[in-house]
Amino acid sequence: MAAKSGFDGEAAAALVKDLRASFASSKTRSYQWRVSQLKALLKLATDHEAEIVDALSSDLSKPEFETIVYEIGMLKSACKLAIKQLKSWMKPETAKTSMTTFPSSAEIVSEPLGVILIISAWNYPFLLSLDPVVGAIAAGNAVVLKPSELAPATSSLLAKLLGEYMDSSSVRVVEGAVAETSALLEQKWDKICYTGNGRVGRIVMASAAKHLTPVLLELGGKCPVVVDSGINLQVASRRIIAGKWGCNNGQACVSPDHIITTKEFATKLVDALKSELDNFYGKNPLQSKDLSRIVNSNHYDRLTKLLDEDKISGKVIHGGERDKNNLRIAPTILLDVPQDSLIMQEEIFGPLLPIITVDKIEDSFDLITSGTKPLAAYLFTNNQKLKDHFVGNVSAGGLLINDTTLHLAVPTLPFGGVGESGMGAYHGKFSFEAFSHKKAVVYRGFFGDAAVRYPPYTKGKLTLMKALVGGSLLGIIRALFGWSEA
Amino acid sequence: MTFTYILLISSQVLKCIACGDLVGWVPSMSFIDRRIYGVCLCNYISMTKLARGTRKLEERNQTNAVRRLCNITMEAMSEIAEATLRELRETFRSGRTRSVAWRKTQLSALRELIRDNEEKIFEGLYQDLGKHPIEAYRDEVGVLIKSINYALSNLDKWVATKKGKLPLLLFPARGELVPEPLGVVLIFASWNYPISLALEPVIGAIAAGNTVVLKPSDQSPACSSIIAKTIPQYMDPKAIRIIEGGAQISEILLQHKWDKIFFTGSPQVGRAVMTAAAKHLTPVTLELGGKCPVILDSLSNPSDLKVAIKRIVSGKWGPCSGQACIGVDYMLVEEKFAPTVIELLKKTIKKFYTESPKDANCIARIVNKKHFQRVQNLLKEPLVEASIVHGGSLDEEKLFIEPIVLLNPPLDSAIMNEEIFGPLLPVITLKNIQESIEFINTRPKPLTIYAFTKDENFKKKILSETSSGGVTFNDVLIQFICDTLPFGGVGSSGFGRYHGKFSFDTFSHEKAVFQGGFFPELEPRYPPWNNFKMKFIRLAYDLDYFGLVLLLLGLKRY
Repeated sequence: MAAKSGFDGEAAAALVKDLRASFASSKTRSYQWRVSQLKALLKLATDHEAEIVDALSSDLSKPEFETIVYEIGMLKSACKLAIKQLKSWMKPETAKTSMTTFPSSAEIVSEPLGVILIISAWNYPFLLSLDPVVGAIAAGNAVVLKPSELAPATSSLLAKLLGEYMDSSSVRVVEGAVAETSALLEQKWDKICYTGNGRVGRIVMASAAKHLTPVLLELGGKCPVVVDSGINLQVASRRIIAGKWGCNNGQACVSPDHIITTKEFATKLVDALKSELDNFYGKNPLQSKDLSRIVNSNHYDRLTKLLDEDKISGKVIHGGERDKNNLRIAPTILLDVPQDSLIMQEEIFGPLLPIITVDKIEDSFDLITSGTKPLAAYLFTNNQKLKDHFVGNVSAGGLLINDTTLHLAVPTLPFGGVGESGMGAYHGKFSFEAFSHKKAVVYRGFFGDAAVRYPPYTKGKLTLMKALVGGSLLGIIRALFGWSEA
Repeated sequence: MTFTYILLISSQVLKCIACGDLVGWVPSMSFIDRRIYGVCLCNYISMTKLARGTRKLEERNQTNAVRRLCNITMEAMSEIAEATLRELRETFRSGRTRSVAWRKTQLSALRELIRDNEEKIFEGLYQDLGKHPIEAYRDEVGVLIKSINYALSNLDKWVATKKGKLPLLLFPARGELVPEPLGVVLIFASWNYPISLALEPVIGAIAAGNTVVLKPSDQSPACSSIIAKTIPQYMDPKAIRIIEGGAQISEILLQHKWDKIFFTGSPQVGRAVMTAAAKHLTPVTLELGGKCPVILDSLSNPSDLKVAIKRIVSGKWGPCSGQACIGVDYMLVEEKFAPTVIELLKKTIKKFYTESPKDANCIARIVNKKHFQRVQNLLKEPLVEASIVHGGSLDEEKLFIEPIVLLNPPLDSAIMNEEIFGPLLPVITLKNIQESIEFINTRPKPLTIYAFTKDENFKKKILSETSSGGVTFNDVLIQFICDTLPFGGVGSSGFGRYHGKFSFDTFSHEKAVFQGGFFPELEPRYPPWNNFKMKFIRLAYDLDYFGLVLLLLGLKRY
């Protein structure tokens, strides 16, 4: 099922044509088809747990635990939720109609968009590929998935497994890199879902513009963690570590990017982080089996370049060890890095954690709002005022108070960015909606035809119209009897 | 001192431009502070007047002066755009627009503006499009008042934080959905409903707490200038700004970074807008059009048929003489039914618009010469012309086209492939009305499908087998005034939706907020990993609380 070499514009066009024909046959619209595909996806994830763990281990040295929890576990719960709730999601919503259009009834019908392109990322190559597929299928679409070429083992496993388990007339995998992606982007899709960085996001959106295709862009950004004093420091630092190094060694779009705290509290926080890091990953983290490696040498070089910048030499207060052969960098903490350093200019996406200090904790909000909007922002505090201020003023895809990354696992919360961190959201019912069109439907009978709507136009009709729009019953009666207010 | 200077210069600019005599003035431009020129442009003259001045210069072959004027103007406009954006960003950052009180005050002010200036708006619409006041009230003034009332009475509900249920495992954490404004939004309006399509999105943008730049269409200059003049008098001038102008100013505006762009217009321009937006990762809502079909089933009851035809006629010629994105574009009927339908159409048109529609004053005119010629060209194809069964008189001077009905124009003709956007109604006959589904599916997705039928199965089939922005059964246009229904297209008719709460959502970001405490702490979340932790997480994902308890008590193996 997977197309590999020689996948060009022509092949892409043929692929889309096939899927369009399949979509036109209405097969994917049926509840049965959607559920059967979701169940197949669930079975795929259950049956092949070991292979998936192996693939991720080969692509990223991802610890088995992380793979099972974050990739397989989350996908399975997404499938289960969709299977359980699909009927209620598909049900048309009744909408109230106004007196002006009486008698009538109205509803909002969710309909599939058509053929969807999903371009996925390498850091959670299994979850970020299939999680959007769950939404696209649940909404009744045909799908093409392009997994990331930077996680080759997972990519080929996905191609193989989806070919075996899914209905290949409507769900396909295309493997490849830039050339294949470009060939795909030339085609007309009904929605494109892209997970990755802002640079490629812009390219995706510009090519979508040619066909007026809506896009869902899941990008990243520098997710800040604001740490207030007077908190349970042990719990806070463990949660920060779990979100930073426990999530693919910092290579996650919702991973904490940097910490902002007060000058006086910084040392305490650093001590707590150090001691918990030791508890988690031991004295020699380069050897720890519980940490992912850096995905490839390009990214390894990018990260070491950030570390080796003159401006921040001497700022490393923990870690910094690296092993080029095994592409490993130990959890590294930097204190008081200047704002104009490289590490504070781009999304770090790796195991480096700079700490920025401010005089007053409130200053941290200005620091966040003066930058681009991140995918997530975190705050650790017991101060209710600070919480309210944070929720009211900091704009980000999502906000977490006293924890990190956990919102991802909550299907009742939309997951998605704003501004530079992307547009559109998914997870749970939001996934279904992301790949559906909400069709407005009005039912009218032939009865109840008001002459006021039709020409020739008279003064009396205008008065009645005003009354109808105003919705005042008295006004309508008055107008009908010709007792104008004016 | 400076103020008098500005006034002096601006009045001079105004005078010069109005009479097209820029020759003497332009060379001295370098002495004038361009900022001041910018202020003049922004506050005192419209770009259309400037364009007229430029044309006159061109006629006199003074190309250098023209080029110079254009360059300076563009520079000035660029600066205006930048300064406006800066100011709006500052206002937004101040947090003022986030307060619900501010939003309500602005919405009430907008309502007052519309009420106070009703007569002016009627005049403007008559000038730009020849709309009768009743049509103007029904489709523009009234619609807006209704929408503002609805927004005002529901705003408290809309801004309220929604709960997101969390699994028991995460107790006592709370999940919330907090709607927040996006920032500075840009709205492009279109000329066919120059008041309502301009201000309807503004209602949503303000309700959601954004600052707004609105660019009305330059093809409806009277309404554009009414908006530009009245808005600053009624609304917060540091948060809601009007920038008038044409394609050039749009281009300048699109170079900047906005937090949302809302566009109403054609697919071609829609593409350009989205391409420009991609550079800044700005989300867009595109309200485009398309060929909205009306399916007319062979209704057996004559009184039903009469009602249906009345509604179809009012859906074709009622909304701005067919120049409406949700207006009826063409009709599908069964062959054997066609003669009856055509007869009734003719009769109803005569009844509504009299024997001489041109003088009846109940149909809008074509917006301008360019569009008049476009519509005229649709009719010029010989086979199309031959298919006319009613009407056909065009008055280029008055830009008026009387209702025209065509029977089976060729399907490959322009009239059946472009959005007509004018007072022509092609009637296409089918052997069986069920074929209409296939007919519609082989064409781009329309904004609306209208269907007059009493056949419940057919209704279901239309709903489930076709795709369109919306479907309205047995009526026309009324979906537009239902605040509870999303209004927007799909495929080539656009994406994104607005009206009522959907407008609010379109201009809001729904922020996921998760509030936890420091207690209790789930140990298995943290490395180093072991089998116990693995089992725990597996059970947690299944939300198997009983299993979890057993595991924690050591009664379950891991």
